[in-house]
Amino acid sequence: MIANGRFLDGEDYVTTKRYIAAIDQGTTSSRCIVFDADGSIVSVAQKEHEQIFPKPGWVEHDALEIWANVQEVVEEAIEEAELKPADIAAIGITNQRETTVVWERATGKPVYNAIVWQDTRTDQLVKELSETIGREHLLERTGLPPATYFAGPKLLWLLENVEGLRDRAERGELLFGTMDTWIIWNLTGGADGGTHVTDVTNASRTMLMNLETLSWDPSLLEQLHIPAQVLPAIVSSSEVYDECVGFLGGVPVAGALGDQHAALFGQTAFNTGDIKSTYGTGSFLLLNTGSKPVPSKHGLITTVAYQIGDQPAVYALEGSIAVTGALVQWFRDRLGVISKASEIETLALSVEDNGGCYFVPAFSGLFAPYWRSDARGVIAGLTGYITKAHLARAVLEASAWQTREVVDAMVADTGIELSELKVDGGMTANNLLMQTLADALNVTVVRPMVAETTCLGAAYAAGLAVGFWPDLDSLRHNWHRAAQWTPEIDEARRAHEYHNWKKAVQRTLGWVEDDEPTS
Amino acid sequence: MPGRIQSVERAAAILNLLASGSRRLGVVELAKFLDLPKGTVHGILATLAHIGFVEQDRITGKYQLGATLLHLGNSYLDVNELRTRAINWADSLASRSREAVQIGALHDGKVLIVHHVFRPDDSVQALQVGALLPAHATALGKVLVANDPGREPDTEDWAAVTERTIVEPAVLDSEFDRILAQGWAPEIEELVVGEAAIAAPIRDDRNLVVGAIGIRGAMERLCADQDTVRAELVAFVRDAARAVSRDLGAHRW
Repeated sequence: MIANGRFLDGEDYVTTKRYIAAIDQGTTSSRCIVFDADGSIVSVAQKEHEQIFPKPGWVEHDALEIWANVQEVVEEAIEEAELKPADIAAIGITNQRETTVVWERATGKPVYNAIVWQDTRTDQLVKELSETIGREHLLERTGLPPATYFAGPKLLWLLENVEGLRDRAERGELLFGTMDTWIIWNLTGGADGGTHVTDVTNASRTMLMNLETLSWDPSLLEQLHIPAQVLPAIVSSSEVYDECVGFLGGVPVAGALGDQHAALFGQTAFNTGDIKSTYGTGSFLLLNTGSKPVPSKHGLITTVAYQIGDQPAVYALEGSIAVTGALVQWFRDRLGVISKASEIETLALSVEDNGGCYFVPAFSGLFAPYWRSDARGVIAGLTGYITKAHLARAVLEASAWQTREVVDAMVADTGIELSELKVDGGMTANNLLMQTLADALNVTVVRPMVAETTCLGAAYAAGLAVGFWPDLDSLRHNWHRAAQWTPEIDEARRAHEYHNWKKAVQRTLGWVEDDEPTS
Repeated sequence: MPGRIQSVERAAAILNLLASGSRRLGVVELAKFLDLPKGTVHGILATLAHIGFVEQDRITGKYQLGATLLHLGNSYLDVNELRTRAINWADSLASRSREAVQIGALHDGKVLIVHHVFRPDDSVQALQVGALLPAHATALGKVLVANDPGREPDTEDWAAVTERTIVEPAVLDSEFDRILAQGWAPEIEELVVGEAAIAAPIRDDRNLVVGAIGIRGAMERLCADQDTVRAELVAFVRDAARAVSRDLGAHRW
């Protein structure tokens, strides 16, 4: 809509430009998907990038490699669809959240590798901030409990640990951004006039943004000694930020959302009480809480769901589960029981039930709602009867029960009654897992027609901004059930299984004792 | 590069055929399918049996892959893997065609439904994954049987499901030949009265058919007339089958 005036002179912009492209800059790869007006996938291109592990607990990416890959997948996806850049009405970005990069304004050269969200080097720094600024104060201002993921402390670490960086930052020579910022700046010209912005959902993961005002919090910047001139402007998730230069020359960059926020948007979870769960390596549940941020008493994060143009922001509660798909990968790569992730379903289906065994994958402690770093994984209930097939069942059930615990926390915080769970992500191809989820939650589990909701959400945000789609209702109209699973077990069985799961969880707690190294 | 060795290529072709089907194959069938003399095929099979790559059934004399080869690598495509690889394209097919999508694989002479995408009209529909359908009465099954190197329609016990189910072995055989030649299969009221379906084969990196993808829905939407399905829908189905095949590593065609 914002761009209509610019494009509608003489030709019908919407009908001549029939596609929207979305870039998903993820933790392991960058992808580009081209969508048509129905929100159907036209083409996909993907390229992985290197994971750099300089020390235990440190994870980095080469931001230049990522930018090169992004350019490559965009060209490939457009060629694969047999389109020209001129056929693209707008491009949207979704990204791995919190990953932090600082670069030279004049050259576009990063001053250090990007520090990835999983990186724990800010452990000590975050503990200090928690004491000096106060955990409650940070929670109240930013919605985030102090943790190593968030981008602000990563920026602070760079300023304090890389020679000369603070001086250069204060002189205005450097720019900071999460991956949305980095990609948009490069797409729109880079050192030659690139636009330096971040969307409000990504900004909400820095621990520097005030959740009420949706702007950088001046007192936090002062307490963290962050020079404001390195920070991007905070913009909405859906508006024309600028036009691309280069291959996509003239295409408006018109949407940006952190990956989990994009998945919520792609699921068209626009109503208060709508909830989605994305099943990847880990899993992320987001509950739309409407126009007010809801503080959590049960270990959830308060975050911005999305903001469209100059409309008020919509908020969400987020619960994260560290290990879901990763447990299947572990089963494959570390135990070697299966050779492909999808074979777990075949193996699990060869038995009727879990045979009495439960697998709690607290590999690096337990996340929401427990937040116990002293927990470690257990397989409970082992007998001589248990086979690898029972273990395969227990592996899948672990994802379902962990989801149940996060959902219970969301219900406790908001009083919202869950009617159905919208799911997406790679693991939704696993029918047995989806059935197990429905059984564990006692609600209908629904997979939408486009399982690639993350890219779709970014495409929707961009398409809305240029009038490719007129409003949220037209997006809702695109959403269709591709499959659904309804509960098949009775309440007594569900209660029994949940009780046993909770018993197994209790066995994980306190495994790491104070005098032990916590690795 | 030194010249390629023909007998190794032929041995590989035989192993690929044995890996693709759901049943054992005899010397005659293999020779016919590969267009080679029976003696040549027999010689290769004897060698492969000697090294344990194939095994001969004592009663029927037919061949299957040997245990040694099965342990070499996981060559068959797990149906859950097939679903994982096909899921995006199945979704796209459903939203283009506005019909329900099914993916099937042969299982004991029937079609096992391994993936199902609802018709995108938000009506109440039940997931059909795990259902076994008669191969000769469904578009999916006809595609799979037509592409099965070991097909022997005249020895099968095909039963009528509706009045329009093809059961006459000779008619069925020419239907399979037609499907193999045209690369897709129609189904008009052969399984359910008033319903039609269209299916096309999914190929893997050896260009062998590992499954079929298709749409199913009301005859009035899928058919141009009593005996013809709509060409535009056939194109959607074939595009989806090609896209999945490409993802599985099949050569472009």
